Amino acid sequence: MRVFTAAFAIASGLIVLIGYFVPLPPLMQLRLILTDWAIVIAGFAVLIGIFNLVAVQMEKIRARQVGSIYGAVLVLSLILTFGFGLLLGPDDPFMRLAVDAVIVPVEAALMAILAVTLIYASIRLLRRRVDLMSILFLVVAVLFLIAIMPTPIGQLPGSQFILDITGMFSRGGARGLLLGIALGTLLTGLRVLFGIDRPYGGN
Amino acid sequence: MIALGLLLLAAVLLLLFTVLRRRSPATLRRIAAYDRLNREVGLAVENGTRLHISLGRGNLFTARGGSALAGLAMLRRIAERTSVSDRPPIVTAGDASLTILSQDTSQSGYRAAGAEEQFRVTAGRMTGLSPYAYAAGTIPVVRDDNVSANILIGDLGSEAALVTDAADRQDASLIAASDNLSAQSIFYASAQDPLIGEELYASGAYVGAGASHEASLQVQDILRWLLILAMVGGAALKLVGFGF
Repeated sequence: MRVFTAAFAIASGLIVLIGYFVPLPPLMQLRLILTDWAIVIAGFAVLIGIFNLVAVQMEKIRARQVGSIYGAVLVLSLILTFGFGLLLGPDDPFMRLAVDAVIVPVEAALMAILAVTLIYASIRLLRRRVDLMSILFLVVAVLFLIAIMPTPIGQLPGSQFILDITGMFSRGGARGLLLGIALGTLLTGLRVLFGIDRPYGGN
Repeated sequence: MIALGLLLLAAVLLLLFTVLRRRSPATLRRIAAYDRLNREVGLAVENGTRLHISLGRGNLFTARGGSALAGLAMLRRIAERTSVSDRPPIVTAGDASLTILSQDTSQSGYRAAGAEEQFRVTAGRMTGLSPYAYAAGTIPVVRDDNVSANILIGDLGSEAALVTDAADRQDASLIAASDNLSAQSIFYASAQDPLIGEELYASGAYVGAGASHEASLQVQDILRWLLILAMVGGAALKLVGFGF
């Protein structure tokens, strides 16, 4: 069974990849069919993921672990939202209210906490690691913030120069990092394609 | 045409170097974060604590899935090494397909170590589908599950700062890498030993996942040099007035 899984995964990967480079109509057709199958399977995977979420929370509640009350609230909310969503449809005003009045404010609050967390992490950076790179990292971040900071007199003098200089280095660095990441992704993909790495249950 | 050529070159080199590395293993340069990772794996088994491995939210249908696949390769090896522990690692992900793959990968690791009965399907968890839901769902794992080290490897965005902050408050070790530039800068500020750029994809080689992972690093190096030569050569040609 495992050999069949690996053979099917490798064949599917090769067909999709070759279909990308060689525009033969039957190959492209097959590529689309395989992609459609993958999308349907991913849809079912979301249902399995939600089932997993519920199972983990139920286990927490059963074992009376710390924070199990939040798990109970989560499961209850999930059942109610899912039930009402099935009955009323996702465009119903009540369902929209669930998004606008619960999810959006909660995510906005987390985003606000994130801003504080980032400042805290920056302050603690020099306690964690005092080296040239960390100092440079902090100095550039502070300079950049000063340069984009709104003031009553508009942009501070020299801001554009700071933005140009820091921008030049950061864009260069970012491109270098992205090229490295692209090469890493390419090699990781090839390993999976050749069946060397089998995240789908092989050895 | 260039993309196809690069792909074929990478494929041939990968196969070639995998065969070579099977005969003579590579000597890898030291990366402090991976030294710490290997130490934390051993300590977690000895202390009876858990490892938390976060694979991020990398959707396998996008290019972001590459970092998740690299994380899975590392997970496979860690699951094998921690199979003797009575507290298996917890794996969190923000994508349903990735969660299923993480469970499958963990099970493979336990099976390879001859301890499949230790595997618990609830050790692979989907904690949320949106960035902040994912962070909010992962924080309780960091805080309440007796975690001694957090390994964040995959496609994570700025929301990862909430998870790193939770790890910091618990005094737990943090090894973090992402393919996302915002997350990389956050990890640089919050992790003891940050992993930058393509170091994420070296995780497999550094946890002993096999010759193919070491070969991958060598091929990456060769391709990187080729890219550098192409860029410098292109700039030089442009400078002398040869446009293309």
